[in-house]
Order: sequence, then structure tokens, then C-alpha cells
Amino acid sequence: MSDTADAPPRASLLNDPKARGLFYQGLLIAILVAVGYFIVTNTIANLERQNISSGWGFLENTAGFGIIQALVPYAETSSYGRAIYVGFLNTLLVAAIGIFIATILGFVMGIARLSNNWVINRIAYWYVEFIRNVPLLLQIFFWYFAVLRAVPDKRSKWSLFDTFHLNIAGLRGPAPIYEPGSEVIGWALVIGLIATFVIKRWAKIRQDATGQQFPMFWTGLGLIVGLPVLAFFVMGGPISLEYPVFNETGPMLRRGFELGTGFNLIPEFLALTLALSIYTAAFIAEIVRAGIQAVAHGQTEAANALGLRKGPTLRLVIIPQAMRVIIPPLTSQYLNLTKNSSLAVAIAFPDLVSVGGTVLNQTGQAVEIIAIWMMVYLSLSLLTSMFMNWYNQRMALVER
Amino acid sequence: MANVDIFQVRTHEAPLLPAPVSTTGAIGWMRQNLFSSVGNTLLTFFGMYLAYSIIMPFIQFAFIDAIWTGDNREACLATDPNTHAGACWAYVKAYLPQFIYGRYPEMERYRVDIVYAMFVLLLVPLLMPSAPQKTLNAILFLVVFPIVAYFLLTGLEIGDFVVFPIVETAQWGGLLVTLVIAVTGIVASLPLGIALALGRRSQMPIIKLVSIIFIEFWRGVPLITVLFMSSVMLPLFLPEGVTFDKLLRVLIGVTLFSSAYMAEVVRGGLQAIPKGQYEGAMALGLRFWPMMYLIILPQALKLVIPGIVNTFIGLFKDTTLVLIVGMFDLLGQIQSSFSDPNWSTPTQGHTGYLFAAIVFFVFCFGMSRYSIFMENKLHTGHKR
Repeated sequence: MSDTADAPPRASLLNDPKARGLFYQGLLIAILVAVGYFIVTNTIANLERQNISSGWGFLENTAGFGIIQALVPYAETSSYGRAIYVGFLNTLLVAAIGIFIATILGFVMGIARLSNNWVINRIAYWYVEFIRNVPLLLQIFFWYFAVLRAVPDKRSKWSLFDTFHLNIAGLRGPAPIYEPGSEVIGWALVIGLIATFVIKRWAKIRQDATGQQFPMFWTGLGLIVGLPVLAFFVMGGPISLEYPVFNETGPMLRRGFELGTGFNLIPEFLALTLALSIYTAAFIAEIVRAGIQAVAHGQTEAANALGLRKGPTLRLVIIPQAMRVIIPPLTSQYLNLTKNSSLAVAIAFPDLVSVGGTVLNQTGQAVEIIAIWMMVYLSLSLLTSMFMNWYNQRMALVER
Repeated sequence: MANVDIFQVRTHEAPLLPAPVSTTGAIGWMRQNLFSSVGNTLLTFFGMYLAYSIIMPFIQFAFIDAIWTGDNREACLATDPNTHAGACWAYVKAYLPQFIYGRYPEMERYRVDIVYAMFVLLLVPLLMPSAPQKTLNAILFLVVFPIVAYFLLTGLEIGDFVVFPIVETAQWGGLLVTLVIAVTGIVASLPLGIALALGRRSQMPIIKLVSIIFIEFWRGVPLITVLFMSSVMLPLFLPEGVTFDKLLRVLIGVTLFSSAYMAEVVRGGLQAIPKGQYEGAMALGLRFWPMMYLIILPQALKLVIPGIVNTFIGLFKDTTLVLIVGMFDLLGQIQSSFSDPNWSTPTQGHTGYLFAAIVFFVFCFGMSRYSIFMENKLHTGHKR
């Protein structure tokens, strides 16, 4: 294709790879511009015809609909923008709690999948296979319509340890009440974390220099847990628990839990979080299993030959190498969980998509709403992939 | 010579003793796998308890207490008002045609049956590595079958001559919609995905950039927003008067969405092909496209069959999302049947969801087994 330096170029422009490349790319740009023009003009014409204003002005208008769970103050008189913000926070909340539970459950199940114990192994296997092969939406429906609707009605309850109560209105438990002086406990926790970090660095430097080890685990535990507990007692217990009040007698309408006592998790939230974490945990379990199996057996043998015991072998040799394999797919599962939380719309939990859908129906401003959705999810996924690139660079095997 | 009777010299081999009872057979297996230590024994009992407390209520509900025959809700009510009846399979039996065909007219359901039969007859030999005539089979399945299925399902009327009466897609439902969306989505996204994967590996910067943006955009957003977009925004993009069928709009959204995932799968296969293959093809004087479809793609696509099957499983499960934009797939059809007062019982929901779970599990588990089978078959080197 290409010509040697001394021979004159004989190939026609038609066969010159450079010219062809330019031509095809120009063609692609032309097509994209044409399609874009087609779409934009049609959209503008259609919006004008349907009398839908465009632009972001609607975000200031009064929403006029209630939201059953809001992390920040919200009322029906708040603006559309506020409503979408509430939905966004709910999405983040579900994602954060879902990721937390899914990680723990996923690691337990992944390790159980490698167990020599046949019963445990089989349970983990069928858990993974069953959950992965049933659609998530079906699982959300199952938890919401089949499980959380089969619990007692508003005027009765199921209780666990007399502290957590479940009925059709959701899960109720004691809520913490912060009195003056409770902020000291928070500061104690921060100081404990910083001190642990500093001591850990010092201990590592000392061990590198002298070989002497330092009981880091107990020190850290003492600082991170002990210090706040100490502060709690020194300040005279400034945090108390407010238990939900349950009226068993009295007029029929007043029976059940009194409003505003204790904390309440609405059934939509429970069903969504449960289904998301159980579903994602099955995928995480497979990732963990594959990651641990990816560490060559020679590593365990070499660690044993060095005289390491089972615990340090796992902690110092196996897990650091397995994590290298586990973390990239793990982050993409976290992202999947976040994206899947949009299924909230099916059970009317007010997340970003659900609230956005309501706004869309009221204002008809489809372009703007869908743009908000896309922007939020795209930036989340962009952040995730940036983290993954950073992590991969940090963790890449340094080979000579 | 005097000590000769002290030594005993064996003239033949001693008989082999059987291994200790505790290390072989069922007992040995149990000692090794269930009770090797105190902790392990505790785990075993915990696991057995867990399994028992999940499986027993399930068997009780699905089989022992289940009601298999009946004409209406009366049959499925518990005789004792304080207890719950088991699964109401009579309701599933009564609704089965709806779950399979949706509201497809009863007279025309044979057309759907023909499509189902053609699908199975063409797909099974295609999936069997040893079956002959792969090329012919693939052409029949990927080109002829979609055209025939299209006319069979939607209808065919030439002028006044009615071959098959037209059936609106709004009347489709159940498994039919699930399969139509999943199969069309995967078949249509394959060529698009290949093009995008090639674009992403292209040397031309603009083509590469456009491919990357396209792929990352669709992979970054949830399918549900894509479905909203295709049902709300797509009509806005078209000139006045041009309207699309709802099913077609969903299909467009699903295809674009899954083509991005398909592109990443195909890219994995392309990256696994050694550079020597490209260089060999170029040395033979092949241009880009002949090189691709004669040398590179046959090898790359064969490598990614498991990945394609996995994408298909994901898409198959995700088709349930169309019920949110108001279409009736299998789950949507089951969900909508709950509003029928004729069959409304406390266990109706549980039965419906159990049925849906079984159907999806059978399909997806079967496909994942196939994907593992292909993986083992293709994975010829480095076996331990």
C-alpha cells in the first residue's frame, strides 16, 4: 500500500490510505451533522406544535406533589428542581446502603463458594445461580408485593427484640436523639481515625527499619472504638434512643405507631435495597471467587515455606493479590447497582428516575428531564471509570 | 544356616488390605467434607438448618399445599381461614395462554406456534457444534427466519388478498414479547456491535472517538432511561405525522443499548487475536474488509460466543423493564393478571411470581450452562 521512499507515488488518490481515511472521517462527520440537524429541527418544530416551552425555567416552578421519603426538607410547595434534588439524594442513599450490604453478603458468599464444606459450598452455589438467573425487577416485585405486603397491617406489628418492628407501613426502630455535647463524640472518632493513621505509618517505618512489630490492630481498635465510647461516658451520655410509640388501645384511627416517633424505613425503600443488594451480591460472590482462585497456588505454598501462619498468609499474600483482580469488576458492579436503582420507578420509590418521571408527566419537558437523567448517570459512571483507571495504574504489576 | 527359621521370607505378595472404612465411601466423604473439624461440623449443621428452613416451606407451598385444579378463586382459598393455601397452579393453568401469547387473537395463535417451532428448529442445530451446514443454518436463522417471522406475527395482506390477518403489536404480550425483544435486540445489535468494536480499534481518530463516545454513553446510562427516551423522545425527533409502533420504538432503544455492550464483547475477541493474523492477512494482499471477514472476525467471534450468550442472558432478563413503559412482557402480563377478581386470592401474587421466576430461571440457567459448555470447548490450551 505505502510507497517506498525512492519510487515515485504511483497509487492513485483512491488507493491512498491517508486520503481514504480523511474521506471516510469526513463522511462520518457529514452524516452526524445531517442527523443532528434533522433531529434538532424536528424536535424544535414538534415542541412548538405541542406548545411545550423549552429551557430550564421550569425547575423554579412549584412542584405540587408530595414525596414519601426526603432526606432534605421538602414540601409540595417546593420547586421542581428541589424535587429532582430529593430524588437524586434518594438514589445516592439506596446506592450507598445497597453497595454496603452487597459487598458484605457478596464476600461471604464468594468465600463460602470456595469452602471445603459441601453443604456451605452448595448453598452458596445455588444462591448465586438462582439469584443471577432471575430478573431483578421480578425480585423487587417479589419483595415489595409478595413479602412486604404480607406483613401485619397498620394496627399490629412483628417485633424483633422488642426494638425493631415491621408492619405494612415499613420497618420502625429507635431513633438517636443528639443532645448538646454529642458533637464531642464525633470529634473523638475523627481524632481516633487520624491517630490510627499516623501511628500506622510510624509503625510501618519502624518495622522497615528495625523489624519490630507493633500491635496495630488492638491500638487501632482502642483508638477508633474506645475513644468515642470514652467520650460518650465522659460527656454523660448525650445520645439517647427514642423508641417508637405504639398505641394498642384507643380510637381505631389512632392505633398503630404514632407519627414522628423513632425512625421509619418505608417498604419501598426496604424492598428496593434488599432486592438490589441480594441481586448484586450474587455477582460480587462470583467476582470474589474468581479473584481468589486467580492467585496461583504457589503463592500459598511459598508463604507456608516462609513460615507464615494461615491468617498472615491470607492477609499479607493472598488478599492483596486477589484484590488486584477483584476491584475493577467490583467497581463496575457498584456502578451497575447504582444504575439498577432506577428500577425504583416500578414500585414508586422516589428516586431520580421516579421523581423525574413525575415531573416529566406534569411539565412535558422530556428533553430536559432525560438530559438530567443521562447527565447524572453518565457523570457517576465517568467518576467510577476515573477511579478504576487510577486504581489500575497504582496496582499494576511493576515488572522489570 | 542355624538362624534360617528366624527369617521369614515371603514367597508371594501380601494381599492388599482395603482402605480404612473411615476414609472411603460415604463415611469417608462425609468425614472429609462435612465434619473435618469442630468448626466445620457446626457450619454443616448451620448450613443444613438454613437449607431446611428455605427448602421445606418452598416445597410445602409449591407442591404439598398447592391446588392444581379449579375454575376460579374459590378453589384456591384456604379451607381454614387462619392458614394460607399453597400455590394456586390452577390460576397459572387458566392464564397460561395469556402468559404465552398475550392478547394475540385465539384464531391466529397457530402463527405464533409456527414461529416458536421455526425458532427452536433453526436455533438448536446452530448451537450444536457438531451439526453440519453451519453457514446455511446461520443464513436461514439470521436472514430468512426474521423476515418470515415478521410477516407471520404482524400479518400479511397484499391488496385485498388476506394471507394472514394483521395483528396489532398492542395485542402481543407475554413470552412472545419477551422473546421478540430479546432475540431481535441481540440479532440486530450484533452487526452494530461489530461495527462499533472495529471503529473503536480504528486508526482514524474521528471514527475512533465517535465509537468510544457512542459506546460509553449507552453503557453509562440505565436501560430504563433509554426506554423512557425511546418512548418519549423518539417521537419528538421525527417529522410531524411520522409515527412509530410502540414495540418498534422499544426495539430501537434496546438495540442501541445492547449494541454498546456487544461492542465491548467483540472488542475483547478482537484483542485476543494475535497481531500475526493481521500481518499475515495483509501480506496476502487482502484489503480491510476481506481481511476482517475472512481472517479476523471468524476467529474473534468464535472466541466471544460465551460473551455473546452472557449478553443475551442479561438482555433477556432486562426485557422485563418494558413493563414500566406500558408493554406487557411475561412479567407484565403476570402482573396485570393480578387485577382479575376471578382469581384474586392471598397466594395469587406468590404463585405468579414463582411461575415467572421458574420460567426465567429455566431459560437463563440453560443459556449459562451452554455458555460454560462453549467456553470449555473453545478453551483448548493451558488446561490443568
